[in-house]
Amino acid sequence: MKAIVTVVGKDQVGIIAAVCIKLADFNVNVLDISQTVMQGYFTMMMVVDISGCSVPLSQLCTAMEEMGKEKGLSIRVQREDIFEAMHRV
Amino acid sequence: MLNQKDILKTLDMIDKRHLDIRTITMGISLLDCSDPDIDRCCEKIYAKITRCARDLVKTGEEIEREFGIPIVNKRISVTPVALVAAACQTDSYVKIAKTLDAAAVQCGVNFIGGFSALVQKGCTEADWKLIRSIPEALACTERVCASVNVGSTKAGINMDAVAQMGRIIKETAQITAENDGLGCAKLVVFANAVEDNPFMAGAFHGVGEPECVINVGVSGPGVVYHALQSVKGQPFDVVAETIKKTAFQITRMGQIVGQEASKRLGVPFGIVDLSLAPTPAVGDSVARILEEMGLSVCGTHGTTAALALLNDAVKKGGVMASNHVGGLSGAFIPVSEDEGMIAAAENGTLTLSKLEAMTCVCSVGLDMIAVPGDTPAETISAIIADEAAIGMINSKTTAVRIIPAPGKVVGDRVEMGGLLGSAPVMPVHSESAAVFVDRGGRIPAPIQSLKN
Repeated sequence: MKAIVTVVGKDQVGIIAAVCIKLADFNVNVLDISQTVMQGYFTMMMVVDISGCSVPLSQLCTAMEEMGKEKGLSIRVQREDIFEAMHRV
Repeated sequence: MLNQKDILKTLDMIDKRHLDIRTITMGISLLDCSDPDIDRCCEKIYAKITRCARDLVKTGEEIEREFGIPIVNKRISVTPVALVAAACQTDSYVKIAKTLDAAAVQCGVNFIGGFSALVQKGCTEADWKLIRSIPEALACTERVCASVNVGSTKAGINMDAVAQMGRIIKETAQITAENDGLGCAKLVVFANAVEDNPFMAGAFHGVGEPECVINVGVSGPGVVYHALQSVKGQPFDVVAETIKKTAFQITRMGQIVGQEASKRLGVPFGIVDLSLAPTPAVGDSVARILEEMGLSVCGTHGTTAALALLNDAVKKGGVMASNHVGGLSGAFIPVSEDEGMIAAAENGTLTLSKLEAMTCVCSVGLDMIAVPGDTPAETISAIIADEAAIGMINSKTTAVRIIPAPGKVVGDRVEMGGLLGSAPVMPVHSESAAVFVDRGGRIPAPIQSLKN
């Protein structure tokens, strides 16, 4: 199963590294990354594979969100289906 | 492949436009719970509800988390209690209402619907008992919702029940006077009630429904409002198209959440109710959508046409997004629950008469309207009769949820709290309809051809 990770917040050193390390801790594989910085704001979207995730998805969501809070970022993990459903006929 | 724009658009809808799943409602049949002994009947009801809906709230919360979509309410609807309790040898069904309330608390749901009777053609002994139990049942419970269907296109209007419901609404208001007649906010009088409605206060689990089912109600007036801001000044063709596309997206979300809930709970998926359900929050209003179309204030001339377009476009967009659509599907116009409606009613532009006209073209009817506390029962019955007639003739669901707030007069405000919001007390005609209502009997079912 795939999920979308979105990271939004003020740009700072090491955001991608920190997010990827955390995901790796949960055995989550990153499939695709796109990222931009607009007016000092960092926006990243990742497609990740959560089939091998070591914890239930809801726990991963909470862990990533908490990590985001520590760094002043909004980090969200959501199942990919919801975006597919809304934007594809 | 998903693009960044689509993902950000979804997040924007959730974060800033109040996009949410308004309710996941589990419908549970209680037909197998009837028993001549009311205590035994209550035991069976409690056991069945708490068994079927044990994991409802937990599952809802998990889905909410995984999809990142708020699911505002988790609720339960049950078989109309008048049917279940008909076998009980008792004069009052208040005990059953208390049982439903206790089961709702145990399951963690905020409302349970189905303290209901279907009397469109006539009342059984059990129906009368249920109707007479409503005021006390709503006063002594917190989460129970009641509804009575008094008319239908096939049966006509049961005017004896209409007359009785006027009195019951007054009594419910009196008995819950210290809360501004809050009990009335949990009581709906329907014509053409639907069996799979997930929205409260009118939800019940119809007899044509399976043992247990999951129905989902979506929402998103804020999303539609925002979408229309990008087509300012353009013709109605563009407006309708924009609403359709937005409704499609909103409904798809309901569909996927409903399917997931159904899978996890092992309960069949019923329907998605394609509704635009407002909340008192700023930016989540149906009235503001109508105003965005170009009306200076909701309720002025043009409002009915704007609402007709909105309602139809929501259905057209939503139908393609879901494999089963049902419930009340359409735009809701509950006055107290809609920030724009409250403002329009307070400035006097939105009147009861205009609301009645609006109910001809949208979902449901006169909803969450506060009227003066001294409004006679017969006047309330006459309002119900008017609304039921609109539903009967136009083959649509209509309803009345009206609060004759004790001690309040026009210009006062009734505070319901939470999602129920607050309603300005609206004027009603002082001229009596008592002789009309007192006739009783039945208004015959209408002819379905010669539509003029």
